[in-house]
Amino acid sequence: MNRIHEAFAAAPDPGALIIYLTAGDPSFDGTVEAALAAERGGTDLIELGIAYIAPTADGPTIQAACKRALDAGSTTAGVLDAARRIRERSQIPLVVMTCINPLIAYGLERFAHDAKAAGIDGVLMSDLPPSEAAEWCEIAARHDLGTVFLVAPGNTDRQLRDAIAMTTGFVYIISRPGTTGAREDIYEGLRDLVEHVKSLASVPAAVGFGLSTGEQVAEVLEVADGAVVGSAVVSVIAEAGDDLAACVEAKVRELRGS
Amino acid sequence: MATQHTEQAPGRFGRFGGRYVAATLLNALEELEAAFNEAKADPAFMEEYHATLRDYVGRPSPLTFAERLSERVGARVYLKREDLNHTGAHKINNTIGQGLLARRMGKQRIIAETGAGQHGVATATVAARLGLPCKVFMGVEDVRRQKLNVYRMRLLGAEVVPVEGLQGTLKDACDAAMRYWMGEYEDSLYIFGSVAGPHPYPTMVRDFQRVIGDEAREQIVAAEGRLPDALVACVGGGSNAMGLFYPFVGDACVRLIGVEAAGAGIDTGLHSASICAGSYGVLDGTASLILQDEDGQVLPAHSVAAGLDYPGVGPEHAFLHEEGRATYTSVTDDQALAAFRTLSELEGIIPALESAHAVAQVLAMADELSADDVVIVNISGRGDKDCEEVERLTKG
Repeated sequence: MNRIHEAFAAAPDPGALIIYLTAGDPSFDGTVEAALAAERGGTDLIELGIAYIAPTADGPTIQAACKRALDAGSTTAGVLDAARRIRERSQIPLVVMTCINPLIAYGLERFAHDAKAAGIDGVLMSDLPPSEAAEWCEIAARHDLGTVFLVAPGNTDRQLRDAIAMTTGFVYIISRPGTTGAREDIYEGLRDLVEHVKSLASVPAAVGFGLSTGEQVAEVLEVADGAVVGSAVVSVIAEAGDDLAACVEAKVRELRGS
Repeated sequence: MATQHTEQAPGRFGRFGGRYVAATLLNALEELEAAFNEAKADPAFMEEYHATLRDYVGRPSPLTFAERLSERVGARVYLKREDLNHTGAHKINNTIGQGLLARRMGKQRIIAETGAGQHGVATATVAARLGLPCKVFMGVEDVRRQKLNVYRMRLLGAEVVPVEGLQGTLKDACDAAMRYWMGEYEDSLYIFGSVAGPHPYPTMVRDFQRVIGDEAREQIVAAEGRLPDALVACVGGGSNAMGLFYPFVGDACVRLIGVEAAGAGIDTGLHSASICAGSYGVLDGTASLILQDEDGQVLPAHSVAAGLDYPGVGPEHAFLHEEGRATYTSVTDDQALAAFRTLSELEGIIPALESAHAVAQVLAMADELSADDVVIVNISGRGDKDCEEVERLTKG
């Protein structure tokens, strides 16, 4: 977990860049290469997605990536192994992102144990709100895994406080109503939401959903501690072919504005 | 009290239920829960709901003694006639309730998912009556096999959005509707059709469907002077069954029998029997029994009845099953198709393919029933929508 906070603290100005990869798309070898390339390009944290067949918070791009990963044989055990291989070659923080059902099937306790052993630093389940998370928080604390909870525009003050109180990794602020996926503009109420969350939280606060360009990342980082880019990188991977590592590195440099 | 028996805290049925959604929908669901609780406690709201069921839907629906079916199975069999409701199924009980709630909440637009199209039609009907635009998400396979209902929805002014997804069936429609709602929750209400989904839907849909059981209880006592020995209803998500069962949950002498779709047979893997053959998991925002592989990936469901073709089930059913209060069995496509014909021939009632599963179960129970046994079968919908598909399937 300390790796998460260290990465936010050590991130270059104006803040941390977080890249999401659907693990196993196009292959686990590809994911390991993409993660290392993203780090070379200037990523501060990696979110490693465990593909789920019905990811309800995701738009078409990540739905398609999940399908490709599952068709290629992705499993939860396979994702843990990919994380282990990344960890052998890098100290970049790794946060698993998925829906809760694959982790229930694996066993929450067993997953926490194996994730920690694989070098994973935190876990985000997109469909696990604080009201359902007491058991998971207790397990994560016991295994020294960071928790990441989502907050969104329209959340009440109490909902924000509940999520922040249960977060030990970083608070993930959903940038707008709707699912994941590249959008052209930034939601107008976002700045106020980020500032409010930051006033309540002692852990870092990152913004994700809909960010796809270096300009958007820079704009978000004016207020947030971190910016998460998913679909835009997943799209690059979908089209990269043999140039996977080079394409990912170039995209991340563009997002980083370097 | 039945409520205490099944729901230990709001939305919690033992280890089942809950609200597993992204933060984006938390406020929308809390708002809906609060609005529903307020409306339920408001006599004026409930009066309007019941008056609408009476004057517009045609409730109470009759409880018909099925003389020739009774003879066939050797028991006293009654049919709860939800097929006679306006729009042809029990689904309208719930959409009237949620539609009135949408108006009370000041929502400007309506969203729904549908499998067989009965919930979609019932939602489109209510939206038309309230003068609100309506968008119904429906799997492409269901669009194909329930053409009549697609036409009815469009006639009622709804936009039908075909969804490809994994199989083009109900689960894909649910996902698409939920994703759409995530971007539109501020001025839209998602009228969910079953006793599944995130809290408050399982509780709210049950409460809007319990009118089936409340009426049946009064009607059977009037006809037989006593409570029935058994209730039989089909279970996909489980709203018609929950509606019938709920007022009887506290009556230990009444057997509750839910009938799942065994499709081509449970051992073929081509079925929708989430209780009989599923395991603990989270699907569409609720913890329940679901069809999944060892990695927790949802498995495709199958049933000849589009309305049962779903890899999960309402959490309250999962709870009644684990508590041993209700029994869940399954009936194959072939048995349901045969029962579709049998009820038509014996009683002059063409049931929906979904409801035909319940009829098939009663036919299968002939050996264990005795002449004095009183059984109520829920005919949750009428079969007009299925005639074309049944003709295609049975032509050889």
